[in-house]
Amino acid sequence: MLDTSYDPVIRVRGLVNRFGRQIVHDGLDMEVRQHEIFGVVGGSGTGKSVLLRSILGLKAPDGGTVELYGRDVQSLAADENSSLVQSYGVTFQNGALISSLTVAQNIQLPLREHYDLSEPALDALAEMNILMVGLSADTAGKYPSQLSGGMVKRAALARALALEPKLLFLDEPTAGLDPISAAAFDELLLYLHAQLRLTVVMITHDLDTLFRTCTRIGVIVDSRMVSDTLPGMLENPHPWIREYFHGTRARAAEAPLKEQGHG
Amino acid sequence: MDANVTASLSLEGPDERRDLKLVGDWSPASMPHIERQLLTLPANLCGHVICDWSAAKTPGIGPAWLLLTRLIDLGCSHLDIEHVGNPPHFLELLKKLTHDRHLARTTHLHVPSLETLVGRLGLWAVLQGRYMRGVLEFFGRIVAVVGQIFSRPRALRISSLTRHMYETGVTAIPIVSLIAFLISVIVAYLGAQQLARFGANIFVVDLVTIAVLREMGVLLTAIIVAGRSGSAFAAEIGVMQLNEETDALRAMGLNPIEVLVVPRVLALFIVLPCLTVIADGMGLAGGILLSLVNLHIPLPEFISRMQEALAPTTFWAGLVKAPVFAILIAMVGTYRGMQVRDSARELGRLTTVAVVQSIFFVIFADALFAVLFVQLDF
Repeated sequence: MLDTSYDPVIRVRGLVNRFGRQIVHDGLDMEVRQHEIFGVVGGSGTGKSVLLRSILGLKAPDGGTVELYGRDVQSLAADENSSLVQSYGVTFQNGALISSLTVAQNIQLPLREHYDLSEPALDALAEMNILMVGLSADTAGKYPSQLSGGMVKRAALARALALEPKLLFLDEPTAGLDPISAAAFDELLLYLHAQLRLTVVMITHDLDTLFRTCTRIGVIVDSRMVSDTLPGMLENPHPWIREYFHGTRARAAEAPLKEQGHG
Repeated sequence: MDANVTASLSLEGPDERRDLKLVGDWSPASMPHIERQLLTLPANLCGHVICDWSAAKTPGIGPAWLLLTRLIDLGCSHLDIEHVGNPPHFLELLKKLTHDRHLARTTHLHVPSLETLVGRLGLWAVLQGRYMRGVLEFFGRIVAVVGQIFSRPRALRISSLTRHMYETGVTAIPIVSLIAFLISVIVAYLGAQQLARFGANIFVVDLVTIAVLREMGVLLTAIIVAGRSGSAFAAEIGVMQLNEETDALRAMGLNPIEVLVVPRVLALFIVLPCLTVIADGMGLAGGILLSLVNLHIPLPEFISRMQEALAPTTFWAGLVKAPVFAILIAMVGTYRGMQVRDSARELGRLTTVAVVQSIFFVIFADALFAVLFVQLDF
């Protein structure tokens, strides 16, 4: 088993990723520490998803190393893969719930694969995960197509949490949600983060989510990553980062923050 | 880390105040083991239960949840469970969840169900009624669009019609020809063996020509087309339903029946009789070839015998069925396609249903025709 108390949880050193002549990452460094909510930001095509795939071990990088809990992801042998998979949970952008299974069956899918449990126990665990993400108990028997966008995101989170990972990857968790649902998702994430002592890596473009939840932010610019806390990021002189955090949309999202912290 | 000690629990103390000691590895990995341990707890746990977590290693929320729900199901109130000895960090969440569960159980206590036999029968009848109404409505819409074509020629989508005629007709010619030829050879061969015992070889000509022209040509063609095109219709329209393309058409003021369904129905209506004629021809060719090679009946003799065997109506008795079969196949395929909702699984299911049902309807209609023609002496 991996030692899930190892710090830093993720360490990426000099990551290089390229597709043909197009260089996506060129010496990208990234470090995520225990119990952080780490937001990954970048323009379209800067390789946020490629970075996620490299960290998950789904893509072999063209250079550099990716360590998860102090172990090199690529060299983790095939027999250790299941303990690797069990140590993190992932939600994909569109939920990626299996459409022919109910919500409860979706949640039970990884549990069935890894643990030899009876049906009542599986039902109880599905119920727990459904209640945990703030869905009502009768969601269990519904199919993904019967759920609203916000419910799909929550159901995907419930499935990602089913194996009780300590590390959670969220790909655009609030994209496509109305502001009220998105804010509710932020609060849910903060609550579960505190209660389950999770480490969260989140790709997001939602500035409100970024400002509300993230302890540190990593911005991918010029094929590298600049990571800093939010106040530090606001002071950063890089033109893209300035534009991102001081554009018209950002100013609206920052306003409540300034009243509390800086103002 | 001393995670190797297997999880166990022991219950001590008097009924109204019990101590539950939790020992060993309580991580999610030992859930199967914990589940078996929980079955040993006595029934009718009432009163206070104190869970002592001090000896439990790396407790996970899943095992804790299994424990709590088991205690509650055994009669313990969720308010009467106390946690001591360095309880897990997610205790607050756990308590909230048991409370939510309690609320969910009490609010949805009893919903009257339709699980009785009479209830199910009634539900089935209502659903069948609705289904029949849906089919009739669908047929009516198609007829309405076809009617419009005369007053508004634009309702006939020529490009779409020709595309479907090509896909369902022209590309089906090789397989239809081959199968008609082979089946006819088989019938002639087996028939010749039987008839040879009576020295009535020449009647093979009667057998082949009547069988091919009346029944087999049209029936084989219809079944092949149902398998090829009925499934394609259902799948194409089904995927469009899943992608909300049909909704997009409606939103732009286009009628999906007019754009998607009618061209397919008309295409098959035109193409299936043509394919039937080809199948008839290939079937006769198969009969002629086998008669020549195996029975040494020369072509002129075959043709003169054929002219004696055939009534003037035999060819038409087969061909007249083709348009009817075409409408059945096209309507079942497109209707099932339009029914697809929500999931990839539905698409697969309804495509299968489309093929099976259209073949069934074709054979059923063929039986009706057989009875009708006998009664009419056609």
